[in-house]
Amino acid sequence: MSLSGAEAQETTLSQPEEARGGLLRDAVRRLRRSPQAIVGATLVLLFVFVAVFAPWLAPYSPTAQDLSQVRPGSFPGPSAEHLLGLDQLGRDELSRIIYGARYSLIIGIVSVTIGATVGMALGLLAGAFGGWVDSLVMRGADIMLAVPSLLLAIGIAALLGRSIISVMIAIGVVNIPVFARLLRGAMLSQRESDYALASRSLGVTKGRVVLKHVFPNSLAPVIVQATLALATAITEAAGLAFLGLGSPDPSIPEWGRMLAETNAYLASEPLLALWPGLAIVISVLGFYLLGEALREALDPKLRR
Amino acid sequence: MTAPGPAVADAVPGAGAGTPLLEVRDLQVTFSSRGRRPVKAVDGVSLDVAAGSTVGIVGESGSGKSVTSLAALGLLGTRGVQVSGSVRFDGEDLLGMPEAELRALRGREIAMVFQDPMSSLNPVLTVGRQITEILERHRGLKGQDARDRAAELLVSVGIGDAVRRLRTYPHQLSGGMRQRVMIAMALACEPRLLIADEPTTALDVTISAQILELLRELVVGSQTALVLITHDLGVVAGLCDQVHVMYSGRIVESAPRRPLFADPQHPYTNGLLASVPRLDQARGTPLLPIPGSPSDTLPWAEGCAFAPRCTRQVPDCLGSPPALLPARGAARGAAREAHLVRCVNPVEDGS
Repeated sequence: MSLSGAEAQETTLSQPEEARGGLLRDAVRRLRRSPQAIVGATLVLLFVFVAVFAPWLAPYSPTAQDLSQVRPGSFPGPSAEHLLGLDQLGRDELSRIIYGARYSLIIGIVSVTIGATVGMALGLLAGAFGGWVDSLVMRGADIMLAVPSLLLAIGIAALLGRSIISVMIAIGVVNIPVFARLLRGAMLSQRESDYALASRSLGVTKGRVVLKHVFPNSLAPVIVQATLALATAITEAAGLAFLGLGSPDPSIPEWGRMLAETNAYLASEPLLALWPGLAIVISVLGFYLLGEALREALDPKLRR
Repeated sequence: MTAPGPAVADAVPGAGAGTPLLEVRDLQVTFSSRGRRPVKAVDGVSLDVAAGSTVGIVGESGSGKSVTSLAALGLLGTRGVQVSGSVRFDGEDLLGMPEAELRALRGREIAMVFQDPMSSLNPVLTVGRQITEILERHRGLKGQDARDRAAELLVSVGIGDAVRRLRTYPHQLSGGMRQRVMIAMALACEPRLLIADEPTTALDVTISAQILELLRELVVGSQTALVLITHDLGVVAGLCDQVHVMYSGRIVESAPRRPLFADPQHPYTNGLLASVPRLDQARGTPLLPIPGSPSDTLPWAEGCAFAPRCTRQVPDCLGSPPALLPARGAARGAAREAHLVRCVNPVEDGS
């Protein structure tokens, strides 16, 4: 065929062998080139590592009290035995911070899972069917989004009673409209895309176009949002605990609660407030950096 | 036909003996959205495509050429779109056909290739999966059978190492390769009609020539009829039996390829041909663009839509729309019917 020469040329112009592979590998490759992603991923991994291996990492039990050193209004600061000092009840601050990572991680994962699952189901319904289903879901989402998210979470947590479970549900519910909206919006724009039209023009059924073509192409923003939602879930959980809506059990070393408890000693022992605050900031920063880098890595416009 | 209709009924371009494969009659497409004036994108287009023939539809952006094909296949959606007239494929009315039947027809009997191969393939599925999906849908081929057939198709569109290529993703292919894949998908079920909507516009010149050559090899001369939609008269020149030139939603001139290039009668066609720079012209000869822009149109009801940009405008151009009539000076008989022009003051010496 006269085309064979041209074909050979095109073959050499296409990407080299090592570039082959799925979109996931493509995204990972681009993530590895981004310093932002590396810093973010390192912080996230550190956070997860600390959370998982807390019992081995923590020098003391988070509930063990060393009352010999604590007097009302004055707590020993950092020392060789207690690197971050003791809290108001004589417990090792470092151990509590380390154990606190567990609670933050669990609350984050469970609440984002709740929000993403329910939200994506609703978004898929709205994006796939459109019409009145879409209107119903989106108006519901609008109503929820009209209330500031922390306020809504406070309301739900207060309604469900003080426990870690209710904190997870509250934050999860707050995330539902965000995910629903995001998936639905992405699906609406992907539905108008050329490849959706092209596959319709070749007789692919509507259901298949939506499920096999439109839906997978709409997932990138959802993945990014899930990462960012983990960050906000951690801050929101801390916020709820700070406001006294977390678990009533005082032995639970939750970062938000630790912040709240040290509030009274802020003038004399500012460091005790600094540690949990810093822990929150670092973990949230990690998820944000990773999320932003993912956004860039998964953006089909920047792909190539 | 909307009032005030033309005084003389339009002749149907491309009409010949026997039942055509595709028969479009007085197709009208109007887009309306709340708070805006409705836009008539296609305004009474009639044309025939005979089995195995190649028909070109030429026009600039916004002339309604793509909308014509999308409307014929029922791909325009329903919201804010009114389609009237009739489109018959092999005697069956496509516009009134239930969506399920139409879907079964699309891809199997009528297929389309789109303009932008960069965006017309699903980025998250492998090329192979996208071809086998069509085979599965219409031919019931599954698994290895479907993959074998897909590989054959890739080979037939000039993609070597087909088995390995089936596993690649669209972003790993060049633009020309992707358009070849699109053509392979469109031809997967050996349709009787292939509509190519600007298949080469997004490609560079050499690749574009290869794709046209490929279309010629696979389609021209085979049993598949081809409707080639383009804004480039050069693309039409090499391939088409019959050419329809569209302006502002209507066919303004319709002719077999040779008469169209040798003797363009409508000032718009003439202008399009004259605006192409020629190598045999003396250096420094200014280009001859058509004055104005496609937005400087007149509603057809008030006269010829091209009149505001036309250099041959006469008072008769305004008032009522000119009809599509056999061209003056065209040969008698069948050839006379084949060359139609919608102009009251056609170009006499088309040079």
